[in-house]
Amino acid sequence: MSLKKIATEAKLLLIGIPVLIWTLFPIYHMVLFAISPRDTATSGHLWPESPTLQNFEIVFKRDHFYLDHFWQQLGNSFVIALSVGALTLFVATTAAFAISRLKVRGGRTVMNLALFTYFIPAAFLAVPMYKTMGLYGLLNNQWSLILAMVTIASPYCIWVLKQASDKLPYELDEAARMDGATPLQLFWMVYLPLMVPSLVAVGTYALLLAWNEYLYAFLLLSKDQDVTLSVALGNFLSADDSPWELLMATGLIYALPPAAIYYSFKRYMVSGLTAGAVKS
Amino acid sequence: MNAQTLNLPTKPNAPLSMWQWWGRAMVVPYLLIFVIFVLYPVGYGLWLARHPQSYVELMNDPIFFRSALNTLVFLVVAINIKMLVALGLSGFFVNTRWWVKWVAAIFILPWAVPSIPTILSVRFMLNPEWGIINSAIFRWTGLDGPNWLNDPTLALSLSMLMHVWKSLPFWTLILVAGRLAIPAEQYEAASVDGATTWQKFTFITWPSMRSLYLTSTILSMIWTLGDFNSVYLLTGGGPADMTHVLATLGIRYLRLDQVDLAMASIVVALPFVLPLVYFMMKRLSK
Repeated sequence: MSLKKIATEAKLLLIGIPVLIWTLFPIYHMVLFAISPRDTATSGHLWPESPTLQNFEIVFKRDHFYLDHFWQQLGNSFVIALSVGALTLFVATTAAFAISRLKVRGGRTVMNLALFTYFIPAAFLAVPMYKTMGLYGLLNNQWSLILAMVTIASPYCIWVLKQASDKLPYELDEAARMDGATPLQLFWMVYLPLMVPSLVAVGTYALLLAWNEYLYAFLLLSKDQDVTLSVALGNFLSADDSPWELLMATGLIYALPPAAIYYSFKRYMVSGLTAGAVKS
Repeated sequence: MNAQTLNLPTKPNAPLSMWQWWGRAMVVPYLLIFVIFVLYPVGYGLWLARHPQSYVELMNDPIFFRSALNTLVFLVVAINIKMLVALGLSGFFVNTRWWVKWVAAIFILPWAVPSIPTILSVRFMLNPEWGIINSAIFRWTGLDGPNWLNDPTLALSLSMLMHVWKSLPFWTLILVAGRLAIPAEQYEAASVDGATTWQKFTFITWPSMRSLYLTSTILSMIWTLGDFNSVYLLTGGGPADMTHVLATLGIRYLRLDQVDLAMASIVVALPFVLPLVYFMMKRLSK
């Protein structure tokens, strides 16, 4: 019996260990680079020879011309991600409430338009989006990136929120109406409090999407002071002998906030975002 | 039905009820976003793509054919491998052992962290001269490793692996949720009847997961068409523009200031994309 138990455990480990190595190797390699001094970073060793935090110090002090605007770019990433999160929440929540609870006429069509947008591959929409942002005079203005990311993030958020709010009992709305509540009161005092878990999930989703975005950011913004940290990282590639160890140190700093946010809201994210998918 | 009863007071010609008025007002923000940033750009893009000349030029560009082929390979090979592995791994992750839960928490990392630093990290480990992989090959065998990203086939395969690395966790998570929705009694009953693991899979797991698996595969295909990062950041489309996919090709034309070609290359893909989109909309708007 116990021999059988050991065998099952061993079989599981045989899957678990390769999965861990596969998952962690690129991340380990990034950390390895980030804590290696310039001359040993490219020596090809599996272990850090003389680990140091010197690279981070260089990044924080902006001691390289690739990093001249590091703090500004980090700030840009924060401002843009937070704006996208907040705006998407506003747009998606109002739309989902109108479609699911107020049963607005034409709501189904709006939902279908949103779903259609959700299924346009992002890189395909990027080309016409770039051209129209030019026509609107928004190129090189951070609003262009914010609005583009709201456009990309909101369809999925509307859909997830609609799925979640369809599950709320309709008697709640009826009771509120009997008591003479206005639509806005219903929205603020009944709907929003009940939707908090889903709101956290989609808000986080939109925020992370915007923080992680590279393609739209590098198309729509170009001035060093305006770009997000993701574009700044991509700019390291413009030369063949860039300081890769500094790039990896900056990349690690850039990767930490989304990972931290994801793990703090993991509970909401997983249930909120997979709930809709499983239904179909 | 509830909606109907509540809408009764609104007669056809009566002024909008307060509820309908608010309903309309609250979809306006999204509709504005849709019209200004989706409808108009898409219409403008199609208008840019109206010249037959663009398509002639596109067909005469060998890079276009290569990219279309690469995209097809990417979709057929990478997605199917990814989904099969995800299906298998979802069976591993439904385990409730404490250490499997830890592995699951770590496994999600590629999806939770941004792609740029991780893809660039892989790019550096593949460097033929100082990369960690070729250094290890040299140390252990005394031979020079391959010039990974300088060989079109290898480079495209590595881009596909990169894509799998990045998006496998998400799809595994979805399929885990699908497996958890299957009532445990079904498995217990099967165990009592002496069913093997494989029989449990073919008679219980697969029938209840088939529809979710298909939806996920098609959704993943649509999204992968838009995967710019896995190719652009790893290979940059090189060597010699041999590893472009449609997502990076459009941007390449855009940067060369050939917007008409960029749009044309997207329009050419639409006959393949739209049926998938239609299928997904049917599924999800039920």
